[in-house]
Amino acid sequence: MTAFAHCARALGGIVGREVLRFVHQRERFLSALVRPLLWLFVFAAGFRAALGIAITPPYETYIPYEVYIVPGLAGMVQLFNGMQSSLSMVYDREMGSMRMLLVSPLPRWFLLTAKLLAGTAVSILQVYAFLAVAWVYGVQAPPLGYVAVLPALVVSGLMLGALGMLLSSAIRQLENFAGVMNFVIFPTFFLSTALYPLWKMQEAGELLYFLCTVNPFSQAVELIRFALYLDVNLPALGWTVLALAVFLGGAVYGYNPARGFLARKAGGE
Amino acid sequence: MGTPALLVEGLSYAYGRGAFALKDVSLAVEAGSFTALLGPNGAGKTTLFALVTRLFESPGGTIRIGGIDLRLDPARALARMGVVFQQPTLDLDLTVRQNLLYFAALHGIPRRTAEARARESLERLGMAERIGETVRALNGGHRRRVELARALLHEPALLVLDEPTVGLDVPARRAIVEHVHALCRERGIAVLWATHLIDEIGDGDRVVVIHRGRVRAAGPVAEVVSGTGADSLVESFNRLTAKEAA
Repeated sequence: MTAFAHCARALGGIVGREVLRFVHQRERFLSALVRPLLWLFVFAAGFRAALGIAITPPYETYIPYEVYIVPGLAGMVQLFNGMQSSLSMVYDREMGSMRMLLVSPLPRWFLLTAKLLAGTAVSILQVYAFLAVAWVYGVQAPPLGYVAVLPALVVSGLMLGALGMLLSSAIRQLENFAGVMNFVIFPTFFLSTALYPLWKMQEAGELLYFLCTVNPFSQAVELIRFALYLDVNLPALGWTVLALAVFLGGAVYGYNPARGFLARKAGGE
Repeated sequence: MGTPALLVEGLSYAYGRGAFALKDVSLAVEAGSFTALLGPNGAGKTTLFALVTRLFESPGGTIRIGGIDLRLDPARALARMGVVFQQPTLDLDLTVRQNLLYFAALHGIPRRTAEARARESLERLGMAERIGETVRALNGGHRRRVELARALLHEPALLVLDEPTVGLDVPARRAIVEHVHALCRERGIAVLWATHLIDEIGDGDRVVVIHRGRVRAAGPVAEVVSGTGADSLVESFNRLTAKEAA
């Protein structure tokens, strides 16, 4: 057996397991779908009157607020999924199946990357389900945009998953994770271009504008937004890939057996 | 005697800057031998397991599996080892078959071979007809059997189990203990079995007594018993683990 065949089989197994688990956890799917839909049906509908969106790329005309917010909500689906899969890693590790994964005869970076790909695959299923409902609701991008958005979703999903994995390696106990959800997810989401365009933030203040600009989640959202409208945002792509590299590198370091991070966790048992 | 299936030499480990959880531990498990790692709770058994399975690494000491250094060539070393952890590690929502095939994929076993081995190893444990059930539907003893079947899928030369009978009732415990002893005898698998329950250890087994992170005695059960001047393993275990308290 070649190393390549081994890796391919293992990757298939890891992604397959995650998708199977996802299929079995209907509540998780439902909540992943209901969350962005609430924002779309309630928040965006109410906000439409309050917020006018000037013509900004990639849009070529004035757009209703619902149209603006959809790519950001697609990003939110992936953000939550990334945090949830790392939550499940902390949980998994305590339950032992993460241990099972880590004692496999494969390099640890490969196992972590495979796990990341598996989480991303699930997040993409969730995003497409959301986009389908949004389509029925009337937020419709060009048909080809739904194909073009796929690679963007892969990159953004990996980046947000890697962020979650990095956090899971840095957090000592499960209890602390709820705090991280509040301190990571909400600031990440609100300080981004998901809800308001950058220029709107600039009107609000330079500091907010700056934070929104450097937030990797903004870059991911813009990447998705442009791809959905058949455009490529190269800077957004570059920043998202860079953030992915940094977060993934940090996570692999965090899970390095010699660093003994797992040891400190196990020590609490 | 050939290369031991597991050889641990001079292994020490401390959590953070705390006291040593393991101090200069050495032990060997030969092919076909059932070696019990016997120690009270908190003796360092689980730490030793985490190091042997490379969940974390220790800068002090070496671990060789079938002669392969775990630190230098972890993938080859881990491929020769089957593990049953103390905590359950099955996906409850997936079927027995899906759980086993997932594990086989991690070990790079081709699908058809994996299917055949899964059926075969479940049969040996009397679990063949449960292959399509979700793990959630199985009782604790049967879940453990599935974990044991899984640990044998890649035909390891060494099987390590960390208190595998925790939470099982007496018949289920006995079944697992007997089955693993049979694996040693019939298939020449080397077994390291951590426990604090002396009745799980047979007269023909080897035992390593560990207490407060140090090996207190090691060898065939009879030798350890006579070495401590005791009449039974229970008594010698009590003597070995009581010394420091006195």
